[in-house]
Amino acid sequence: MGHKDLTAASESTQFDLVIEPGRSFRHYWRDLWQYRELFYFLSWRDILVRYKQTAIGVAWGILRPLLTMIVFTVIFGYLAKLPSEGVPYPILVFAAMLPWQFFSGSLTECSNSFITNANMLTKIYFPRLIVPASAVIVNLVDFLISFVILGALMAWYRFVPSWRVLTLPVFLGMAFLASFGLGLLLATLNVKYRDFRYVVPFIVQFGLYISPVGFSSSVVPGKWRLLYSINPMVGVIDGFRWAILGGNSHIYWPGFLLSAVLTLMIFLFAVRYFRAAERKFADII
Amino acid sequence: MGRPIITVEGLGKKYLLSHQRREPYTALRDVMAEKAKGLGRRLVRPFSGTRSPFSDSSLEEFWALRDVSFEVAPGDRVGIIGRNGAGKSTLLKILSRITEPTEGRVHLRGRVASLLEVGTGFHPELTGRENIFLNGAVLGMTKVEIRKKFDEIVDFAEVEKFLDTPVKRYSSGMYVRLAFAVAAHLEPEILVVDEVLAVGDAAFQRKCLGKMEDVASQEGRTVLFVSHNMAAIQTLCQRAIWLDAGKVEQNRESEPVINAYGKHLQTANGFSATLRSLDGNIEIEQIRLMDGNDQNTSVYSPGSPITVEIRYHAKRPVHRPYIWIGIRSQFGSLFGANMLMDGVRPEVLEGRGTIRCTFHSLPLLPNQIYRVMFGGREADGLSLLFKATEVTHLIVAGSAEEMGLKGEHADSIMGQSAPVLLPYTWELPDGRTVSVNPFQQVQK
Repeated sequence: MGHKDLTAASESTQFDLVIEPGRSFRHYWRDLWQYRELFYFLSWRDILVRYKQTAIGVAWGILRPLLTMIVFTVIFGYLAKLPSEGVPYPILVFAAMLPWQFFSGSLTECSNSFITNANMLTKIYFPRLIVPASAVIVNLVDFLISFVILGALMAWYRFVPSWRVLTLPVFLGMAFLASFGLGLLLATLNVKYRDFRYVVPFIVQFGLYISPVGFSSSVVPGKWRLLYSINPMVGVIDGFRWAILGGNSHIYWPGFLLSAVLTLMIFLFAVRYFRAAERKFADII
Repeated sequence: MGRPIITVEGLGKKYLLSHQRREPYTALRDVMAEKAKGLGRRLVRPFSGTRSPFSDSSLEEFWALRDVSFEVAPGDRVGIIGRNGAGKSTLLKILSRITEPTEGRVHLRGRVASLLEVGTGFHPELTGRENIFLNGAVLGMTKVEIRKKFDEIVDFAEVEKFLDTPVKRYSSGMYVRLAFAVAAHLEPEILVVDEVLAVGDAAFQRKCLGKMEDVASQEGRTVLFVSHNMAAIQTLCQRAIWLDAGKVEQNRESEPVINAYGKHLQTANGFSATLRSLDGNIEIEQIRLMDGNDQNTSVYSPGSPITVEIRYHAKRPVHRPYIWIGIRSQFGSLFGANMLMDGVRPEVLEGRGTIRCTFHSLPLLPNQIYRVMFGGREADGLSLLFKATEVTHLIVAGSAEEMGLKGEHADSIMGQSAPVLLPYTWELPDGRTVSVNPFQQVQK
């Protein structure tokens, strides 16, 4: 018995936690790191379930962006005859479809993530940030599938990308911040005000029209472009086009910077808002 | 004894109960409507005071825990007992950091793993193997730890053959076994367990209790264990904390606490934390169980009559409501009395009064715990008046012998068989005809 007490004592010196009202846990970010495996497993679960449940899961991942691309190419490229920055119109559209689909998918799933995992939130402790983050990660799989299609499309048109394609991860990171920031904010609001779930489909639908997915943002008159860039996805999509389409594509840097700064601000605000609301989650969800 | 591994000082948790809203969350449209109303009021009568739309009488404070203090030494196994609504689950939720206390503090000197529900995070589409990893991670194990324990977990759960089957095809017994097996192989310094053993068959329950005892005595871990099963608490725990209405009633060696709690149940059996109708008009002040002699008790012999007595207080007259009472076991609902079905209804509930319902014979097997459920609907038969709520429980005590059941293993089988036993007759190939009427035997 004696040595057991000793081991228990030595173990407990490693761990010391005080729970008090209003005390946000000091080790929040360290905790988050310790729970990285849960993050990994939750993402893995969501990916597994998504592609298990829909028999045509992967086919769906291919078909959706492909059909949207064809419709946009016909409407904007052939009927409206909008400029294509000197590349085949399907590639112009697809370069924007990549971040847009990632954004809309992530936003939708992220904003519902706390509600769909309500049971876990009321039964177990873990840093709650993991739930919306893993919802976004799942959409990376769809993104990768779409990326392969883009590769095929480029091969078909014998289009060779320049070195700029290597900068793509930077813009992907920006798309991640944009969807995670907004998604986290909506997810947190959704816990308290359930009618926010009706806002999300609207944002996604509306966003498709006000983002330069089907057309190049160069068709927007110069004096409006800075205003246009208030939409964070304008910066992301311009960045994707700049990286993928190479030499012919020009980026409007002031607008891009504005988008980037706004994205970062939304993200930081969302994290702060979430951290303040998080402690009451289990009581109201 | 050294330093306590858990120190709880003056712990309290307050909830705001709403009489108008039926859900804990709000709709933004309601908030905006309330704000607009308030604004309108202020425009019309600018000096009538500035009452916020949410500070009005529709909110009421409720302390689920108040002023709770205790210490737990490393390696102790502590049972937490008390009636429904006494604050047990709230205490466990605070200790496992799921919810935050309103006042007081908790000092933990060891890692906590909590098992408030069996199979949290299980996904029905995933296989047993996949769910072991997922659930392990949810409970705080690392991948390496899970891999190391994987075979042990599978052995314990007895599901080798079905490892690659989605758990949605598992029987409920297999599901529970697998889920508990994962949790049982956690290695925290403090293990917090809510009443998860209420599920599963008796043999597996014994196995789980044994495992928990090992965890505590051989590996020197601290266990906090909530249960309604006094026998389980008595075998597993040296100490017990009895919570009543959010306060610590007793805290010492488990045996005297359990005895005192048992006595308390005998005298004050029933539901006493007030249950309120969703529209706020009716308060159920007490629900009691009584035997054939109108004596309040929670222990019944098989086949004996039982009366459920509901004491209400209607603040406003409620016309022609529907009330129902149901009896459940671990297998689900068994039987009940439902006004929606029989059409018997009170014309009006007004002020204080009682409704009684007597079942003339309980056809229930001993050695199981039965839960009494209560609910109600408004006069239209559609709108909920009371959500289905577990209000109290009862124990049927007796032996196979006194019921005239002669099977060799009858006593041990009773705890895990379908609980309702009706009279029946066997006709055998050798010409014998044997009638079995077990409840006749004990009815005096």
